[in-house]
Amino acid sequence: MPDSAIIIPSVLNGLTTGGLYALVALGLTLIYGVLHIINFAHGALLMLGLYAVYFLNVQFGIDPYVALLIVPPAMFALGYALQRGIIGRASHGRDENILLVTLGLSIIIENLSLYFFRSDTRTVDTPYSFDVVEIFGAFLPYPKVVAFFGALITAALLWLLMSHTDLGRAIRALAKERKGAQLVGINAEHVFAMSFGLGVACLGVAACLLLPSYYVNPQVGGGFVLIAFTIVVLGGMGSFVGALIGGLIIGVVEAMGGLFLGESLGQLGIFLIFILVLIFRPTGLFGAKA
Amino acid sequence: MADTKTTKTNSSGIRRREFLATGAAALAVGVTGFPAVLRAQAAPVKIGLIHPVSGFIAFSGSQCRAGAELAIADINAAGGIKSMGGAMIEAMLADSQGKPDIGAAEVTKMTEAGVHGLVAGYSSAISLATSQEAAKTNTPHVVDVGVSDSIVSRGLSNTFRFGPGYGKVAEMAVANLDTINKAAGSPAKTAMIVHEESLFGTGTAELLSKQLPGIGIEVVDVIKHANPTRDFTNIALQIKSKKPDLIIPANYYNEYVLLARTLRQQKIEAMGIYSVLGGAASNLQFVGEFPEAAEMIMDCNHWYDPKSDVALARRKAAEAAGLVYTYEVFLAYNAVAFLADAIERAGSTDQDAINAAMASSTWDNHGMPYGPTKMVNGQNEGAQPVNTQVQKGEIEVIYPEEFASAETVFPMTM
Repeated sequence: MPDSAIIIPSVLNGLTTGGLYALVALGLTLIYGVLHIINFAHGALLMLGLYAVYFLNVQFGIDPYVALLIVPPAMFALGYALQRGIIGRASHGRDENILLVTLGLSIIIENLSLYFFRSDTRTVDTPYSFDVVEIFGAFLPYPKVVAFFGALITAALLWLLMSHTDLGRAIRALAKERKGAQLVGINAEHVFAMSFGLGVACLGVAACLLLPSYYVNPQVGGGFVLIAFTIVVLGGMGSFVGALIGGLIIGVVEAMGGLFLGESLGQLGIFLIFILVLIFRPTGLFGAKA
Repeated sequence: MADTKTTKTNSSGIRRREFLATGAAALAVGVTGFPAVLRAQAAPVKIGLIHPVSGFIAFSGSQCRAGAELAIADINAAGGIKSMGGAMIEAMLADSQGKPDIGAAEVTKMTEAGVHGLVAGYSSAISLATSQEAAKTNTPHVVDVGVSDSIVSRGLSNTFRFGPGYGKVAEMAVANLDTINKAAGSPAKTAMIVHEESLFGTGTAELLSKQLPGIGIEVVDVIKHANPTRDFTNIALQIKSKKPDLIIPANYYNEYVLLARTLRQQKIEAMGIYSVLGGAASNLQFVGEFPEAAEMIMDCNHWYDPKSDVALARRKAAEAAGLVYTYEVFLAYNAVAFLADAIERAGSTDQDAINAAMASSTWDNHGMPYGPTKMVNGQNEGAQPVNTQVQKGEIEVIYPEEFASAETVFPMTM
């Protein structure tokens, strides 16, 4: 039984970790919400984003937070190009093809990274790497607190974009009724690519906020993508609020699981939630009914 | 006219009888005189290198492969296997992906492809699987890093380990800790062990838990964690609440880095971080990237003899090739060199001869603090870990004294 004094710090830490998870899940849920496909290349693209942040820091001395001005736009362009140039073309409009194409992309990206970057684990040392914020006696690492608020801001910006812009309206229209949206003049290919690009840009944001407290190697995406899938299922596929809340819940469950069940069994709770949601609420906490 | 023609023909070369005689002689020389050279060129010695170059321990696996390839390059540059007419060593590469079953499958493929010896497989679990599979065909197998004692306790006549197992490491870690602690007036009385969940971490933790009370250090908790673990705050909080004098990590590189960072972030004050086979504690990359977090950390681990010219020259060459000189590099290098020395002495690729040569090896050109090789049931009895400590950004050997390059600083100041 853990010391009661560490429960509150552990919950707070779980919330900040959950913020990081939510950031990764936001892009996944956006892509699912519009394209109705699970992007198997999500982890590999996160890894690319982390490498971009790493090399900007090491080669040019650019701070990971300053890299927010560079990496997310670059990742958006990459996502747009991938959807327009490869995924859209190779899928021939069939969802099962898209699954296979994204799976293939993830294998190619990971192996190319292994070839070019080697398997070394790399980290960046920033002036704030060891800084902490003290809340209720808990020392929360500064980079994780920043990531937590970054997740809140990113979710809010996505919500604003989806509900108050023409692009958001076009995305929602396509997600709801593809043919109808096309009939009123929405360029489906362009909007699909914009959605994929935005999803990948979210990974760019996640990469900038994650690297100060984590590491990068060619396999790093795998550790996050399974959690992100669980969050998307828990929060409701296509729901930003769901991804945010789901991320925070998973972060806290993981922390509590580790504390009460032991660190090596801590993730049991996450997958228990995954199974329970699928049985009792398949649409997730905030997902629309099919 | 005909004679003239004949004369002309003969004047430009040799007569028919001479030609036939020379041809026969050349044929005879070809059969008896040249084959040694031809065989050496046509039949290189094939050494299989099976490492996890992808998957969760890919960094360590890649380092092993790089070290093994350096050894092969050096041996070939020095003339190959001289007792076999300068036969070149040819590497056969395979990726176990961090999975024992895939490692074993790669052994099968290699034996079918005519491999003459194997160096594998970095982790204990993979090494157990690869050596067992190799034993079916009696293929000589050298374990480069795997530390589980089960690897050399199964009576496999083809399996050899050049480095120490975790039994020896734990025994020396405890003995050296006792000496270090007593020299400081025995300030450390409690410890917490944080270990990864596979065979290496679990086995090491079990041995330490049994042996530490014998030197007056109570183990207040043992925390096992998964690979990968994304966040170590919970573990750091538990350490903080139990206030151990010593923190003893036994885990792989990625997790070690995160743990060390988190300990610093959570402002945990202990008398010492005393790793046993710590994945990053004796790693120059970690020390280079996080000098503050690494400073003063002690480790009982594989390390080269800092007073050996051979070891220093190899480190220089590896770093010139762009490698971070981690223990994986020099252990895999030595595993290949040890196998090559046995093939040299066997003078053939006969499996029994190579295994017998490894069993009777007294090889000492390794630059490790081991002395001449002495195999007992496949284990090099002279193999031992040393204690290192990160001091001013460099990894110094602090114990045993005969290999020490610096004095121990304990208790540490965090």
